[in-house]
Amino acid sequence: MILSSSHLHRTFRRQWQFYAIMALPFLHLIIFKYLPMLGLQIGFKQYRVSKGIWGSEWVGLKHFVHFFQSPTSLKVIWNTVSLSLYSIAVSFPFAIFLAIALNEAMSRRFKKTVQMVTYMPYFISTVVMVSMIIQFTDTRLGVLNHFIGLFGLSPVNFMAKPELFRHIYVWTNVWQQTGYNAIIYLAALTAVDPQLYEAARVDGCSKLQKIFHIDLPSIRSTIVILLILNMGYVMSVGFEKAYLMQNALNLETSEIISTYIYRIGLINADFSFSTAIGLVNSLINLVLLLTVNSLAKRSGEGGLW
Amino acid sequence: MSSWKKSLRSDRLFDMVNTTVLMFCILVVAYPLIYIVSASISDHKAVVSGKVWLLPVGFDLTAYKTVFSYGLILTGYLNSLFYMGVGTLISVTLTLLAAYPLSRKEFTQRNVFMGLFLFTMLFSGGLIPTYMLVRSLGMLDTRWAMLLPNAVGVWNVIVTRTYLRSTIGDELYEAAAMEGCGDVRFLVSIVIPLSGSIIAVMCLYYAVWIWNSYFDALIYLRSRDLYPLQIVLRNILILNQTDGGMIKDISVMARKQGLADVMKYALIVVSSAPLLMIYPFVQRHFVKGVMIGSVKG
Repeated sequence: MILSSSHLHRTFRRQWQFYAIMALPFLHLIIFKYLPMLGLQIGFKQYRVSKGIWGSEWVGLKHFVHFFQSPTSLKVIWNTVSLSLYSIAVSFPFAIFLAIALNEAMSRRFKKTVQMVTYMPYFISTVVMVSMIIQFTDTRLGVLNHFIGLFGLSPVNFMAKPELFRHIYVWTNVWQQTGYNAIIYLAALTAVDPQLYEAARVDGCSKLQKIFHIDLPSIRSTIVILLILNMGYVMSVGFEKAYLMQNALNLETSEIISTYIYRIGLINADFSFSTAIGLVNSLINLVLLLTVNSLAKRSGEGGLW
Repeated sequence: MSSWKKSLRSDRLFDMVNTTVLMFCILVVAYPLIYIVSASISDHKAVVSGKVWLLPVGFDLTAYKTVFSYGLILTGYLNSLFYMGVGTLISVTLTLLAAYPLSRKEFTQRNVFMGLFLFTMLFSGGLIPTYMLVRSLGMLDTRWAMLLPNAVGVWNVIVTRTYLRSTIGDELYEAAAMEGCGDVRFLVSIVIPLSGSIIAVMCLYYAVWIWNSYFDALIYLRSRDLYPLQIVLRNILILNQTDGGMIKDISVMARKQGLADVMKYALIVVSSAPLLMIYPFVQRHFVKGVMIGSVKG
């Protein structure tokens, strides 16, 4: 009896300390992540600075209807989804390919060198990355146009062509991130039981067979998990890079949801409309994540939670 | 025997192809980087007329002098250092404080708190509501706006929690509890000293992220003297905003244009060099972070 009460007392003291440690990050979470959710109500209101968030007038679904009826909505949603899916479709195979090639590298030192070099561009900031793209494709001094000039062709203003925006975005991403993306697969590959390789060698497997029958199956669950993560974030594809690559001429394909929300909200200062689009975006994201997760669970690879 | 030989030959072919592919990867990744360094130290006439392909043509450091004499770049550098230093300290502290209780199974409410953190990865207030909050807190156009709103990365909390759970054994915790050591003391005098490697990983993650991002500055800052380097870079490199004072000693307009072009290469080098030079030494920490993160926890 006495023991259990002192035990209770001790548990209480313990718990109290956990709460104390958690206090600061929890406060941060509430203020900066949960309080803004209250602000979502202005998506259903006509926000006026003079009346504030709570005092502004309710307008129901007006902004949502407005968004879905405008031709822009379909365009920005399509731009976002196609950019994301294109990006995923290209970057996944490349990362897996690089990881497997590195895993089969002849010597350890060669492997380290390739890894070091390919991983390097990951540390370049988005601003520098985009300005590199702009410099290289410049009509007057870009090395790409100098190269084209060697064949007697006239310079092309790559950044001004809406039909090229997605390709430039995705392939420069491949350049910048494949080395980084490969790390996780490499980690999974090093965890493969060496006995499997041993057995394969005894059976006279070629290296190519080894890749298809041992390597790929053993990183399958990693691939699925990453694919889920990426599919869940299809709608939140990077603002930072797309925004910097935008110009008046390529806006037709380069305007994605996040840049549109920014333009409407902070440049045109239409807070309510922008919030409504943001909410639509968040909801689509939520549904996507929950869907792909349950799909992954059903497929037997295990979901994220 | 013959099939064994055949497979050996196909393996040799495989090795050759594989080595070639990897060499090609190195070339493709390294070429733009080498080109930029070469262009930045070349004679600007050679760059503009397309004579530079890989190695520098001529030698001219005027571009670098111009970059270093531009006040905004220096201010941006110092601001970025400040945001990186103070921001990393705040972020890592908050991340550790959140991760420790979440890593202890003795904490009865840990799943509730974990859920609250995880939910923000699935759903958020979005741009404008967050902007309005920061505005109503009076943090617009202050350094706080760069340090606080995005201080905690939920993913980093999860990675740190996973690490703590796998390295701080239950025996250790129970032994400390037997001695009457509370959680606060346990965290400060046992967990933190034992978690050097995850703290290093987190510091690097946050530091690189803060140094490279520009979004918060774009939406929250208006004063030029608060701008981090990335915003200064954007204004010069992408929006082409240079004020006349920057290249004042060069009178001829044509020369001015050529120099401005090469100056961009120099600016790219100057702004990216610090990270790229430290990177080989800290690479293993990054790899470690990715690996801990890949363990489903």
